[in-house]
Amino acid sequence: MPESDRAKEQPSAAQDCQGAPRSFGNAFPVLNEIRHALQRFVQTGEETRIDLSAMPFGPGDLDRLTDWLGTGEVQARVDALGPTRVQETAIAGVWLVDYRNAEQQRLTLHLEVASVPEILRPQPQDLADALTQLDARLEQATGTTPLSS
Amino acid sequence: MATPKRPDKTLGESLRAHGLSRRGFLKLCAATASMMALPASMVPRIAAALEQAKRPSVIWLSFQECTGCTESLTRSHAPTLENLILDMVSLDYHHTLQAASGDAAEAARMTAMEANAGEYLVVVDGSIPGPDANPGFSTVAGHSNYDILMETVEHAAAVIAVGTCAAFGGLPQAKPNPTGAMSVMDLVKDKPVINVSGCPPVPMVITGVLAHYLTFGALPELDGYGRPMAFFGQSIHDRCYRRPFYDKGLFAETFDDRGAQEGWCLYRLGCKGPTTYNACATMKWNSGTSWPIEAGHPCLGCSEPSFWDGGSFYEPVSVPLTANARTLLTAGAAGAVVGGTVAAVAKHRVKKADANRQPVTIEELEKKL
Ligand code: SF4
Ligand code: SF4
Repeated sequence: MPESDRAKEQPSAAQDCQGAPRSFGNAFPVLNEIRHALQRFVQTGEETRIDLSAMPFGPGDLDRLTDWLGTGEVQARVDALGPTRVQETAIAGVWLVDYRNAEQQRLTLHLEVASVPEILRPQPQDLADALTQLDARLEQATGTTPLSS
Repeated sequence: MATPKRPDKTLGESLRAHGLSRRGFLKLCAATASMMALPASMVPRIAAALEQAKRPSVIWLSFQECTGCTESLTRSHAPTLENLILDMVSLDYHHTLQAASGDAAEAARMTAMEANAGEYLVVVDGSIPGPDANPGFSTVAGHSNYDILMETVEHAAAVIAVGTCAAFGGLPQAKPNPTGAMSVMDLVKDKPVINVSGCPPVPMVITGVLAHYLTFGALPELDGYGRPMAFFGQSIHDRCYRRPFYDKGLFAETFDDRGAQEGWCLYRLGCKGPTTYNACATMKWNSGTSWPIEAGHPCLGCSEPSFWDGGSFYEPVSVPLTANARTLLTAGAAGAVVGGTVAAVAKHRVKKADANRQPVTIEELEKKL
């Protein structure tokens, strides 16, 4: 991966702006919203997605929020229609999903409260096709038709 | 130019035929939800609807305008996504973007109108010299803007007026309105008109409205000025990040005082945010980099009717302000379904339309100049 890509790898917008972020006080209410969502998830399993790019953030507000949430253990990258970067926050079950286009511009930034973000899970239609695909490969390798169960 | 007839493949099928994976499709839907200002929880519904959607034919008419609206759209944020949205419609006529010119261009418009009668969308940028004005003030292929507009919208499913000029008359209509400029909604009374105002409009809002039509096959819920609630439902002031300073009474008094440096509220410097409804505060400009208030300048109120005649840009608004934020309204559920049934009836009438319109003559031009 080229160095320039690596710099853009972080979900935080800190690299985009110079100087220390200022607070306009607009990040704090979102933290409360996340708390409610997490509580719902723990109690009922209901998942939540919050569109952070639709928040009325001033300069520095997004960085403040991501700083508060911290960085967790898991990072993942999906290559489909440009890169999508998934970062677990230090709060288990709270994920940042940064959708970028091939030119590295942000399409949207979601916060997901879930066990695993939707984009990482195989899609049901893909799972349906998977068995057929695997069978075809087995057949090619062994020359026999796999037993169907 | 694309083929004028709508292809029969659904969007899901044609995107997969272009090699887009299901995860890629899901990502497209997440970005589309943001673009339509819909909550992220709507993504699965959008995915289901886009999977089944068909490409609508779009005819784009430019009248008394500066091309700023088209510039805004084509310079827009997120090229991959914008291109995909534009690929999802069949843009059959657009002066500035089409390769064809002269008779071939006009023929493309007529063909698209005929093949998709009752189903195509008309996008208009620029205001129109009204029926009583000199028809020669603005012409396309020798015909007055008024004639071209009325002919094109006759069999359209809906009209989208892009930019403050098309939506409210804009700069051409500013006093003393020398060309008798009128807005689309002043002239088109029998079709749904959606106003996407702004000078220019936020590009994501233009494509967002197209994406909404594509996704739901319906027009979005509109406000009193015919603007989509999803983008124009809240004032700049309601969503402004400087609002906490307004609430505390901390105002910049000049452009270089301490308040300006600290990022305080720009109300006293003439900010029209409290009376202006637009999406700048969240969608922002220049690839989502910033927006006028973040750059330290008050909002001019460019998405409101008569904003050019509203007095100085640097005088505070004099209306009493209330702090009650409007509820964020979700578009998509409401809105009338358009197109479809009227299509068949309309189809055969289109052919005759251009026979009725007459080019502007030298005599007409001289008469009223
Ligand atoms: S008056 Fe203008 S700068 Fe002040 S909070 Fe309202 S929109 Fe923002
Ligand atoms: S901030 Fe105000 S004047 Fe500027 S583009 Fe937005 S609505 Fe128009």
